[in-house]
Amino acid sequence: MSYGSTIKIPVGPQHPALKEPEYFLLEVDGDFVVNVKPRIGYVHRGLEKAFENNTYLHDLYLAERICGICSHAHTTCYTQAVEGLTPLEIPPRAKHIRVIMAELERLHSHSLWVGIAAHEAGYDTMFMYMWKEREIIMDLMEEISGNRVTHAINTIGGVRRDITDEQANKIRKFLDRFESDMKGYIKALENEPTFIKRTRGVGILKPSDAIATCAIGPTLRASGIKNDVRKDDPYLVYDEIPFNVIVNDGCDVFARTIVRCEEMIESANIIRYCLDHMPSGEIRIKAPRTFPPNESLGRVEAPRGELIHYTKSNGTVKPERHKVRAPTLGNLLSVCKTLIGAHIADVPLILAGIDPCFSCMDRILVKRV
Amino acid sequence: MSLLKEAIKQVLKKPVTIKYPFEPGIVPPGLRGKPIWDMSKCVLCVLCQNACPTSAIKMIPKGPDAGIIYWLDRCIFCAECADACPKKAIIITNEFELADFSRANMIYHYKKGEASQKK
Repeated sequence: MSYGSTIKIPVGPQHPALKEPEYFLLEVDGDFVVNVKPRIGYVHRGLEKAFENNTYLHDLYLAERICGICSHAHTTCYTQAVEGLTPLEIPPRAKHIRVIMAELERLHSHSLWVGIAAHEAGYDTMFMYMWKEREIIMDLMEEISGNRVTHAINTIGGVRRDITDEQANKIRKFLDRFESDMKGYIKALENEPTFIKRTRGVGILKPSDAIATCAIGPTLRASGIKNDVRKDDPYLVYDEIPFNVIVNDGCDVFARTIVRCEEMIESANIIRYCLDHMPSGEIRIKAPRTFPPNESLGRVEAPRGELIHYTKSNGTVKPERHKVRAPTLGNLLSVCKTLIGAHIADVPLILAGIDPCFSCMDRILVKRV
Repeated sequence: MSLLKEAIKQVLKKPVTIKYPFEPGIVPPGLRGKPIWDMSKCVLCVLCQNACPTSAIKMIPKGPDAGIIYWLDRCIFCAECADACPKKAIIITNEFELADFSRANMIYHYKKGEASQKK
């Protein structure tokens, strides 16, 4: 039903979905959204300029602070880009440790998101259970790396800390319990009527629209399209590890939840495989301080989707240019497409559905004079 | 309904929460906390100052103040200084309750030839 005239409703910039600022101007006809205009740049931090003013090693810690949740994905991508400048081949044990940390981070990021999605849908029991799991994963990562959030385990030319047998056994023990519990949670989500009513059929992103708007990560995979950097362009040791790319044909928020839950089980298998097949040997090689003039690109499948770091060196200790494309930017157009036709009440849930991380994304500031 | 079993199981368990400020927190081995300098080993080689991403370390080479000035409030606890130190003079402790009301109290001056002292 149409009312003939539309009203403009501002959503944000105070925390439209998760606790981050972003502004969406919704044009609504009655209860339905007919047009969306996003405005980005509220948390522009001038990171790319800061990269140019620091040395390569110092930039590693800057890259880590782009995102609080996928900090390891950013350093992996950064080191991948910088190591590609010479190129530098890191020891196989270091590659395995990077993969283990990356997958532990995926477990933590996805369990955080599933908790948030359940909370947005009014299913707070699941929120509590998922965040309980997340806390255990954070503790594991703290024990391996020395810190909960900024792990600082990656360095140019390898990793800084080794995983001991004791820690490996602890991870294995956790994974066995986590996997069986996770299957229970998936069953609970699939059978919970409130959650199904709130999420099934909400925020439909058709496969053709997903491709047209260049969606990435679990958002794209929930629209039934097999796309994963770990499979399509394997980095580290992902080409040696057998794993499946999880897809779901649901195209809605429910499908995005299930894709992430099943990816967690797949990640647990990857970690287990890596722990079993980890070669012994050194964990880091000495990296040069300066890099010859060259340019290099790093691609990593971060928990939210494809992450790109581009770096250009000029023979000095500092990069000439460093560009970061965070996954949320790739998903922003698709979420605007998804919002059209949705109820106003579903807007926070759909926005949260892409797992947005707006402050990772902001590389541009638009100033109207 | 499938969570009912889990819920009953949890009812019989003790709470996992610890009353942190009143009880000691759980500190895993290898936590990167506050670094301290062992000035008997330090050779004032400036490598820690160069390694620090946030300029939290300054080395004074000569004079009565010769030694290391360390700003705790700038430190990001990356332990890059300890990795860079050729004499292993920097020890990473797992001290993490470092808040203070004044930034002036967070400047540490380690003088060469003296035991570590607070400015």
